[in-house]
Amino acid sequence: MKSAPLAVKRSDKAVLQAEDLDMLIQNLRKRGHQVIGPTRREGAIVYEELASAQNLPAGWTDEQDGGTYRLKRRTDGALFGYAVGPHSWKEFVHPPAQRLYRARRNGKQVEFLPETPPAAKCAFLGVRACELNAIAIQDRVFLGGPVVDPGYQSRRQQLFLIAVNCTVAGGTCFCASMNTGPKAASGYDVALTEVMESGRHYFMTEAGTDRGAEVLSQLPLQRATSRQEQIAADMVSQTARRMARQMDTTGIEELFYRNYEHPRWDDVAKRCLTCANCTLVCPTCFCTTVEDTADLTGQHAERWRKWDSCFTLDFSYIAGGSVRSSSRARYRQWLTHKLATWMDQFGTSGCVGCGRCITWCPAAIDLTEEVRALREGGPARGAAPTGKETKP
Amino acid sequence: MNRNPKPKLAVWKFASCDGCQLSLLDCEDELLAVAGAVNVANFPEASRAVVAGPYDLSLVEGSITTPHDAERIHKIRRASKCLVTIGACATAGGIQALRNFKDVKQFTSIVYARPDYIETLNKSTPVADHVSVDFELRGCPINKRQLVEVINAFLHGSKPNTPRHSVCVECKVRGTVCVMVARGVPCLGPVTQAGCGAICPSYARGCYGYFGPKETPNTASLSGRWTHLGAQPDDLVRAFRSFNAYAEPFRKESEAHEK
Repeated sequence: MKSAPLAVKRSDKAVLQAEDLDMLIQNLRKRGHQVIGPTRREGAIVYEELASAQNLPAGWTDEQDGGTYRLKRRTDGALFGYAVGPHSWKEFVHPPAQRLYRARRNGKQVEFLPETPPAAKCAFLGVRACELNAIAIQDRVFLGGPVVDPGYQSRRQQLFLIAVNCTVAGGTCFCASMNTGPKAASGYDVALTEVMESGRHYFMTEAGTDRGAEVLSQLPLQRATSRQEQIAADMVSQTARRMARQMDTTGIEELFYRNYEHPRWDDVAKRCLTCANCTLVCPTCFCTTVEDTADLTGQHAERWRKWDSCFTLDFSYIAGGSVRSSSRARYRQWLTHKLATWMDQFGTSGCVGCGRCITWCPAAIDLTEEVRALREGGPARGAAPTGKETKP
Repeated sequence: MNRNPKPKLAVWKFASCDGCQLSLLDCEDELLAVAGAVNVANFPEASRAVVAGPYDLSLVEGSITTPHDAERIHKIRRASKCLVTIGACATAGGIQALRNFKDVKQFTSIVYARPDYIETLNKSTPVADHVSVDFELRGCPINKRQLVEVINAFLHGSKPNTPRHSVCVECKVRGTVCVMVARGVPCLGPVTQAGCGAICPSYARGCYGYFGPKETPNTASLSGRWTHLGAQPDDLVRAFRSFNAYAEPFRKESEAHEK
């Protein structure tokens, strides 16, 4: 039974049959969007371009814990029955490497050739609530200050965001503690909740923007019944109760500021590999380094911006050496920035509770455990802080 | 800077397989540009024509394993303005440094009909143990893009972009899923210096550590995780004791697991 398109407005709830999800993808493709979404590759669910709904990891889920991730078969054909994987959306708006400009020698002059902003416009399908919050955080970083990042701005302005409310809590999730999920609150064009009940498989849809409503209105939708709305809402609130991890964020800034010399930093330094994985999988970490290259003739040069991490020595290198030479100092800097100084700098926490840094740490370091240890360690055993480190 | 005449480049070989110096010939697209930028004055793999020293840039491949080589490297140092060592042999002693953990006389007595003809040192050592080195380029073999980068940096008087961070950064930048986390494959990536482009994990294998220890490697913590994944002490000894066996962090870690 096919339904005719149904005109929907912002905040209207409507039902899209799962078999019709591909129409949403094809619609966006026709509108010139490159549709990026979850797909299965290399033993994980990653984000890549989708040609159709066939590319979605139907019937797969993941089991996650500190330092471990495994795909498992589900007993049903759910399309979004898993938590977040190793990739985050940041790689599409804040790419790992981007050229800032080219330069060439023209006699005694040097000519600079600026980069043109990228043309591709993307639609992200399957953005989780934590990830919407991460995008909002990166927006503040790249667009909210006195200097706007033009590459980010151009990619971001063209984004179409399709959120998926979480009906599964991953093994390292703690968005409920960070107030960032599992339900998408804002920042999306369209939000979906995947429902499987009594042999039916459908999406509860909701438009968050006018253009989201416009895209939805071209799909075969049915008005949602109040029972269907209730089922979808219950599934998401159940997820909130199934969070595998918690973090107590009460007074968290002060917790860090009075514990610069806590012995737990030595303990975590023994385990930390300073490999930078946590920062690279983090959907909010944004730090970069700049590399200049020239060709052998010395006639052409390029400047590239590349992802960097506060876990490298070069990151804090100034005349005379690296400021944070010990892994203790580097881990402390990362966690203190993420959970405390980020608030001073950008007005929110830098953590959205997605759990990636726990799962993808080869040494299985769990920041929720580290925070608990700082709390349980009692009063500060070191000297009171003399100032806050604010370099991101 | 006066570029006339072009800087003189020399390539020298010690105990090694030649793979690293062949990376220079393997530069293909950049080869003509390299030949255009420098005067290849001494490179027997490329040409029999040898121009006498001194040289502006010497690329040294191989480790020091004989009394003769221990003298020869000093002559090369004296004839070179800038000396860059290339590859795991020259920077860490190479696979032949496995002898450093045993008695080399036992090997020569087994391998050679007339061991008394063999004049060799007890240890295979990196060039930097003998003379001052201006830059060490890691890898077994070295990465040709990094080699061009080092030559380029030398020509332009800049610092080469050869980061000392982990291989993990390269995996993440290319989007490779972590083999250790997603497959339980023991990997040396978290303690190994980047530069290869994270080739092995992109083929679902763990890193073998061919670029040697990264900056501040926490080998003990990684060994703990390998053990958690089922590795035995013998596995750890073998993993850390390969082409960079004698690089100090790897040497100490392999010794820690030796019975």
